[in-house]
Amino acid sequence: MQEKVKNAPGSEFQWIGTRPDRPDGVDKVTGRARFGADLAMAGQLVGLVLRSPHAHARLKSIDASAALKLPGVKAVVTRDDFKDQPSEFIPAGEMMINYRDVVRSVMAREKVLFEGHAVAAVAATSAAVAKQALKLIKVDYEVLPHVIDVVEAMRPDAPLLHEDLITAGVEPAPTKPSNVAKRIEFAIGDIEAGFKQADLVVERSFTTKAVHQGYIEPHACIATASEDGQAELWVSTQGHWIVRAHCARLLGWDVSQIRVTAAEIGGGFGGKTVVYLEPVALALAKKSGRPVKMVMTREEVFRASGPTSGAHVRIKIGAKKDGRIVAAEGELKYQAGAFPGSPVQPGCMCAFAPYDLENVKVVGYDVVSNRPKVAAYRAPGGPIAEFAVEQIIDEIAQSIGMDGIELRLKNAAKQGTKAAYGPKFGPIGLIETLEAAKSHAHWRTPLGKNQGRGIASGFWFNIGGETAVSLSLNEDGTLSLTAGTPDIGGLRASLCMMAAEELGVDLGKIRVQIGDTGQLGYNFLTGGSRSTFSSGMATVDAAREVMKEACKRAAKLWELPEDAVEYVNGGVRPAGPNAGKHAPMTLKDIAGIAGKTGGPIAGYARINAHGAAPSFATHIADVEVDPETGRVWVVRYTAIQDAGRAIHPSYVEGQYQGGVAQGIGWALNEEYIYGADGKLQNAGFLDYRVPVASDLPMIDTVIVEVPNPRHPYGVRGVGETPICPPMAAIANAVCNATGVRFTDLPMSPPKVLAALDEARAKGKAKI
Amino acid sequence: MAKHHIAATVNGDAVEFLCETDETLLDVLRNQLGLTGTKEGCSTGDCGACSVTVDGRLVCSCLMLGVEAGGKSIATVEGIADGETLHPLQRKFIEHAALQCGICTPGFLVAAKSLLEKKPDPTETEVRYWLAGNLCRCTGYDKIVRAVLDAAAEMRGA
Repeated sequence: MQEKVKNAPGSEFQWIGTRPDRPDGVDKVTGRARFGADLAMAGQLVGLVLRSPHAHARLKSIDASAALKLPGVKAVVTRDDFKDQPSEFIPAGEMMINYRDVVRSVMAREKVLFEGHAVAAVAATSAAVAKQALKLIKVDYEVLPHVIDVVEAMRPDAPLLHEDLITAGVEPAPTKPSNVAKRIEFAIGDIEAGFKQADLVVERSFTTKAVHQGYIEPHACIATASEDGQAELWVSTQGHWIVRAHCARLLGWDVSQIRVTAAEIGGGFGGKTVVYLEPVALALAKKSGRPVKMVMTREEVFRASGPTSGAHVRIKIGAKKDGRIVAAEGELKYQAGAFPGSPVQPGCMCAFAPYDLENVKVVGYDVVSNRPKVAAYRAPGGPIAEFAVEQIIDEIAQSIGMDGIELRLKNAAKQGTKAAYGPKFGPIGLIETLEAAKSHAHWRTPLGKNQGRGIASGFWFNIGGETAVSLSLNEDGTLSLTAGTPDIGGLRASLCMMAAEELGVDLGKIRVQIGDTGQLGYNFLTGGSRSTFSSGMATVDAAREVMKEACKRAAKLWELPEDAVEYVNGGVRPAGPNAGKHAPMTLKDIAGIAGKTGGPIAGYARINAHGAAPSFATHIADVEVDPETGRVWVVRYTAIQDAGRAIHPSYVEGQYQGGVAQGIGWALNEEYIYGADGKLQNAGFLDYRVPVASDLPMIDTVIVEVPNPRHPYGVRGVGETPICPPMAAIANAVCNATGVRFTDLPMSPPKVLAALDEARAKGKAKI
Repeated sequence: MAKHHIAATVNGDAVEFLCETDETLLDVLRNQLGLTGTKEGCSTGDCGACSVTVDGRLVCSCLMLGVEAGGKSIATVEGIADGETLHPLQRKFIEHAALQCGICTPGFLVAAKSLLEKKPDPTETEVRYWLAGNLCRCTGYDKIVRAVLDAAAEMRGA
């Protein structure tokens, strides 16, 4: 049963931890909520993109003259409409971007680097005219050899994507260009000495395929640009300030010229943290003088927006017979797609993070190939590394005859553990998740025929960042909260709850909106599991400012010093020696006297949120393997994770369940499939099949709460960690069921069946 | 070529529209009638975000032409609530937090309503298979299935 009332008596909190209806709920169940493609403007044009049919080709010439002559065509843009940008890496969430590459990603310049790469765009009075116009644009390509696979792309004789790409992070710097953009290394202790102490060493190589975030809403935006240089953009994005920054940079406009409004966003998972259509739509709008609406097709989403990396990973772990891990080594090679910038660095950070280890070495390679440039995808890089590591951990447990939870407990990271990538952990909840797994009924329930059980832990570091929030006390005592991080999965509910808790007012008195870029200072995007953490922190600051101002106004009215008034239970009263001298005033009373005591009352928090704390998880998966078809069914699943503190438990559970479902798809079915021609063969939901309702069981959740001391309510980000353990938990379960260890994703029926047949021939299969 | 003049019923109201031969019912609903509650996720009938009912039958409106709607009765998400009163499915979706981003929600509601009209007491498995044509990438379906089962129970008076 849902708790819709305030917390039970005795609870520390009135609102935190309850499950009220979300403020945007009704709009979303009635069809009122306006997403990226839902806005229409008078006189709008349809913008469409011409995309490369080749995986790799030199762009010799583009001739749009025939298209421009077609009646109804109002503008065409190509590479000539965007100024070239210098090479410069800039942090973008957990990833880095380089505007030299962003401008080429938005519109190809010297070469097309993947099938689907944008070459030109048109704006026309109808979709039919725009489609016809695309056919009239003449592009002269000189087709070049391509490379798709990450290992092949690293070979010295591989086709080069960028003739000037010299591997960074190697001393001395290579003299010749290659497809390896960067080498990175994290190390602590002495890896060789560590392995010498080991009683057993397990080493394996793993591969994972590129998978797409699979948000159900394709990229969409509508742009206007007026004759005086002012522009507006309505867009589905995880960060509208980021969109504004990128568009201003690529178009050479002032930031203040562009106002960006974040539409309701139909899923992002990291994939809507970059720009594709937005600068193009603005350029078309400017050229045509008309609003331009652009919406990707699903096929374009698959071919031309960023999936996450496929990878090749080698992991080697040494342990003592008692289960103590003495050395861990990893080598991670990640596809970046057409431009440098895979999430291999966070992959290296995550690989061994759940363990308290003395000797660790992780080396990562960022490798370009003729695929769409990867974008962030939920804990970018982490799941790939953790898929490999958690299977080796499982294999060590098997080899020494130790329970997988016990082995993990013996080596678990805890407060004070120094991670290989640098920081010393504060209070963290990994051990609590393992203990919760051990005591969960799921762990002890007997398995059926052809079934197996697997366990895996996972980690994500989470981030904070620049955040601004305003909170206005309205004249009737209600409050209007404006935040700047797009709400994808319940943020607005959580922010209202934190504000209500802080102010001691009824939740229903606070209304929240996501403001546009003209309404607040710079907000970094919704990503890195930062929005409830950072916007929550800023909301609390803004609420405290309102409370302080309320005290000040009462003090003025009562002719007392400011510090002689205190804020208690949703109102103010004289404190200390003056207690009882005046009747307390509610926030509504204060609102009523705002005008005559100094004007409007509002809090405006502008912070760079520090103190984001990692979230650890442990997942238990039960699978059943069909011995005849190789189909793997997940029959039971339990996700246990430290949330710090769950503000709205339903949406925390939702993050756990959603991450698990995506992880199940990644484990069992999803993959980008390329032909020898370098073209994607499954660019649609029919062939790139994400899990459907009939594929999945209920997903049980356990919220562990080890509060983050750096957040006023103890919040940790929770959105990304849930996708880290599932692939390993499922692979471990499949191994438990079949006796066969699967090192290559996805574990799709043909692959599982072939492996089973091979194992059966050797007498090594359990089914 | 001249556009087609089509008369149909949408959410109980008589409507008329002009459409091109190749215009889908989804495009007509969204672009001509302003009913943007019905969403486009794939335009190939694989995601169910554009689910509507046509004379009571559940269809992907992206796979049907506008001209085929002539004389038909179309029901969309905008017609599910009764005035100011939400349908039990709508209420239960909110209560159970059965939506995160919400882009798939209209399609799920239309599909689930269609299920409960045919089968007021579905099992969990029946709900899962009936809704297998609707993709959700946020929730893992757990809370959606629970919301549908709970709404069904409430509607049966159970």
